[in-house]
Amino acid sequence: MVDFNRFTLANGLKVLVHEDATTPMAVLNILYDVGARDEDPEKTGFAHLFEHLMFGGSINIPSYDEPLQRVGGENNAFTSNDITNYYITLPAENIETAFWLESDRMLSLAFSEKSLDTQRNVVSEEFKQRYLNQPYGDVWLKLRPLAYQKHAYRWATIGKELSHIENATMDDVKSFFKKHYTPQNAILVVGGNVKTADVKKLAEKWFEPIPAGEKYNRNLVQEDPQTEARKETVKANVPLNAIYMAFKMPGRLSGDYYAFDLLSDILSRGQSSRLYNSLLKEQQLFSDINAYISSSLDPGLFIIEGKLVKGITVEAAEKAIWAELEKLKTELVSETELTKVKNKVESVLVFSEMNLLDKAMNLAYYELLGDAAILNSETEEFLKVNAEDIKRISDETFNPKSSSTLYYLTEENA
Amino acid sequence: MLNRQQAPDFKQVSNIKFIHPQKQVLDNGVPVYTIYSGEQDLVRIEFIFDNVNWNLEKPLQAIAVSALINNGTNQLSAREIAEKIDFYGAFFQTEYVQDQSSVTLYTLNKHLHSVLPVVKDVLAESQFPQHELDIYIQNQKQKLQVNLKKNDILSRKEFANALFGDTAYGVNIKAAHYDALQREDLLDYFKAAYAPNNCTIVISGKFDDAGFKLLNDFFGRDWEKSDAIKNNFSFTPTEKKVLYTEKPDALQSAIRIGQLAINRKHEDFCGLQVLNTILGGYFGSRLMNNIREDKGYTYGIGSGISSLQQAGYLFIATEVGADVCSAALTEIYKEIELLKNEPVGAEELDLVRNYMLGSMLGSLENVFSHADKFKNIYFAGLDYDYYTRYIEKVKTITAEELLVMANKYLTTENFIEVVIGKK
Repeated sequence: MVDFNRFTLANGLKVLVHEDATTPMAVLNILYDVGARDEDPEKTGFAHLFEHLMFGGSINIPSYDEPLQRVGGENNAFTSNDITNYYITLPAENIETAFWLESDRMLSLAFSEKSLDTQRNVVSEEFKQRYLNQPYGDVWLKLRPLAYQKHAYRWATIGKELSHIENATMDDVKSFFKKHYTPQNAILVVGGNVKTADVKKLAEKWFEPIPAGEKYNRNLVQEDPQTEARKETVKANVPLNAIYMAFKMPGRLSGDYYAFDLLSDILSRGQSSRLYNSLLKEQQLFSDINAYISSSLDPGLFIIEGKLVKGITVEAAEKAIWAELEKLKTELVSETELTKVKNKVESVLVFSEMNLLDKAMNLAYYELLGDAAILNSETEEFLKVNAEDIKRISDETFNPKSSSTLYYLTEENA
Repeated sequence: MLNRQQAPDFKQVSNIKFIHPQKQVLDNGVPVYTIYSGEQDLVRIEFIFDNVNWNLEKPLQAIAVSALINNGTNQLSAREIAEKIDFYGAFFQTEYVQDQSSVTLYTLNKHLHSVLPVVKDVLAESQFPQHELDIYIQNQKQKLQVNLKKNDILSRKEFANALFGDTAYGVNIKAAHYDALQREDLLDYFKAAYAPNNCTIVISGKFDDAGFKLLNDFFGRDWEKSDAIKNNFSFTPTEKKVLYTEKPDALQSAIRIGQLAINRKHEDFCGLQVLNTILGGYFGSRLMNNIREDKGYTYGIGSGISSLQQAGYLFIATEVGADVCSAALTEIYKEIELLKNEPVGAEELDLVRNYMLGSMLGSLENVFSHADKFKNIYFAGLDYDYYTRYIEKVKTITAEELLVMANKYLTTENFIEVVIGKK
């Protein structure tokens, strides 16, 4: 159970407070409701590049990191297809420094040319390090445009290509800031050794004077239902053949989300899971096999990926995956198996409450979903899922006509 | 009117509390250290074993045993073990690191009595079935093939081998080592290492007398002792070596440079940690400021000191654009020379002091982290005075001491320099 209090400032900024007196630390987490899905298709990777620029100094404070380190704090941020999330952890007695820094960059950045120049290079190196200079590193750059044809999920947060980052201009930066970095587009969570009344005073002092800005109304092009099997083969300098299969599934707010999450656990959570035992241990077709869901806000993907044992053909491997999926469509999972994955979820939720930063991030994310209180009722939602639900969603989802399959092959196999 | 240019007042962290463990002993002599917290209804139990009987002919013995220990006993198959652990929502993890191998159980308290017997079965009677070993060999060789395509991993392997040679700390594992694995060797190693007289148990979470009684019932008896010899290595000081592997297609080069240093037991260790933090130990470090934030050569660069039981080493590591690799190396050495020749300014040193104290406080966020802090000192043969000395050193070290430290430990003329990619 993660308790919280909640209030909204006059400019529309939502504030949540989680009091936890067991720690001497505090966390200030701010989620901006903007991600790679909000980008212009000709300027992809921009939300993430922008996240880097948020550390390049703000209107009144030339350096963001240095004053925070001086009070014993640390910070970081991440960008996904849906959101951009920034967080600070610091000794609770110095919490005001976090308010000062975070509110100033919501007020306005410094928009320094030097920072833009440098971060274009840094992000280009990140692109190389994580996506281009790794075996299989560019899989998502291939798989997204195969699975999505219209929706902005067709590109990864890093962007479609290096040139989009290299061509970003200061005008782009300024208009992105004005459009998305407003109080009404953000959720602030303060957690740790703090009191709600104090947080309220600090929030009113530092954040309330920031102009509300204009409300950004998202209107994304949605994907048409997929009606044909999509296949693509790439070859690369990799040692093993691999297969990636993506199926369309509903978005994070769908009532079936919990069933999908459990379904991916049945297939691939831990050494008792189906794919691990059947395909890796018994049939020895894969040296590595996984299933997971993308958990995105708009309709997402159910992914199955594996690396093949040498000598196994990719067709045989794919057929074996389908056989496992067919079982889910025709046979009910046993009560024991369902209880097993539910127990695991319950346990994971309890363990996740050990970490203050996780709690703060979760509160912000669930508030974005509509209500932070959802976080505390999740276990019940998982427990409601029954064997028929698993069969029904398997039947709806694992259909060749709505699948996107990528063969990622070694050069000698192509 | 709000003055946004004025930073709020702040305080240096003054009070860092460490939770000390309670020590108990099982009937067969196994020491149990418990860090208690009643906050959540869960517990972590770690069974920690020293690595033993090092044999260069069979460098994968300990690693393979750690990976396969839960793959079958006299009573249970690999799948049955996994089913039982997963059914109760527990987590069973094994880990091999240079000095120790551990088996860790995470569970909700209500399921402790259901999962402990499985752990006992595994620790006392693991069988390493041949077909499980065969699958392991096949799949690990494939993973190795993928890893050998990663410049960062290649640089780590080469660097460790240059520092530590063919010891458990440095041996360069190849596919042939997997092919040579024999079931008998695993059984031998298992019997030698996973024995009560080579075991320390560290517990964190909600763990009371009833829990201890349960633990004692399972692990305090019917568990065979062994007479293994703990690994013991000695190393000669590093001598300058430049190891360059060209990868014509590389977009980035992996750089890893450094040398043998000291470990936690040495009186200079705390001071050296301050020096390391300034050089490359945090986001605002000199290496990050210069090579990422000023030049944009890399996504990240850092330095570190690693404390092993029988050695310590310091390293600087990064992946940089292939076209700026030489320039990056020049800048790294330039930053080291600065530390050796010019005293650190008061403002920077104050910032680093505060940052390190805040970071120490933040690293104690829950009962698991308190247990980790205990393990750091306990297995180095130290007590909690170490942390008192650490905090004192961070607060009081002078620029002059850091200058001495830099000249003593950053002797670049002895550095191993590994580059994988293009220069």
